[in-house]
Amino acid sequence: MSTKNWPLWEIFVRSKNGLEHRHCGSLHAADSDMALENARDVYTRRNEGVSIWVVESKHITASNPENNGELFEPAQDKVYRHPTFYDLPDEVKHM
Amino acid sequence: MKNGNLYNYILGIADNSLILGQRMGELCGHGPSLETDIACTNISLDLFGQVRSYFQYASKIAGDGRTEDDIAMLRKERDYKNVLLVEQPNTDFAYTLGRQFLFDVYHLAFLKELQKSTDLTLSAIANKCVKEVSYHERFSSDWVKRLGDATDESKEKMQTAINDLWTYTDELFHQTEADKTMVAEGIGVDVTKLKDSYYREVSQILEEATLQVPESKYFQKGGKQGIHTEHLGYILAELQYIQRAYPNMEW
Repeated sequence: MSTKNWPLWEIFVRSKNGLEHRHCGSLHAADSDMALENARDVYTRRNEGVSIWVVESKHITASNPENNGELFEPAQDKVYRHPTFYDLPDEVKHM
Repeated sequence: MKNGNLYNYILGIADNSLILGQRMGELCGHGPSLETDIACTNISLDLFGQVRSYFQYASKIAGDGRTEDDIAMLRKERDYKNVLLVEQPNTDFAYTLGRQFLFDVYHLAFLKELQKSTDLTLSAIANKCVKEVSYHERFSSDWVKRLGDATDESKEKMQTAINDLWTYTDELFHQTEADKTMVAEGIGVDVTKLKDSYYREVSQILEEATLQVPESKYFQKGGKQGIHTEHLGYILAELQYIQRAYPNMEW
């Protein structure tokens, strides 16, 4: 019997129309069709979704945690990049 | 019983889902991979959901105080009217999927006809079930194609399973007395009319799977009359154990 593992897939589920697809986990499948069916069974059986994306994990390029210092720390002391220094008129809601 | 034929007719439909659901449920925690394990138990839960609707209705028709659970759990082997196909064991994954596939093609065609029943409860149940079973059919036929058209080993296993299970397919299209009465009243589905398209569709998928369509004309029957293979007793022992050991126990 073959003991080779199926490739890993990342699963993104859109919970409602109008919302974005969000990463919800990963699973194994032989190809994209099977990944979709498995995702349906593993991640939407409690009525969580209206749409599924699957991406084979090897296609994701991830940042290296070793580079976190140079990548992310410089942003920590730049609060002025948040748009919190403006006076919003009362008429503008939901900001 | 006043509506004895309708009662028996409902049991005939429900017992197929009950026993197949129990068989698929056996894979809970034992599926070949986490993903297929969950897929098989999802199918099992769909089938048990359908069974509840049927037995709630049957309980109302019987009107003798028996609940849906009593009807599901407390009958003797000869009183179960499921076809022999659904009680066949999970010998390996090819058998599990082959059995599911051979039943799903029938089940889907049957439910599409049951949607037209003049009995509004049955047509409403069929409306709900048809979506679930469409997915079951897609899942099982996809797997038959995958295993049939993959390695030499998987092809051989899939072919063996189909060959062995083939002998139980003809019974799907046998009519019981209850069937005939219900067809005449516009309530039931005339299963004899589903036979040709069933074998056409099954053959087409088997060919896509590069598998041989079995040519055997020797078929087993008996389930619809309550005469079962040796496997049903073991299924019922597990299914009924809690209710027999602790009568009226509830969760």
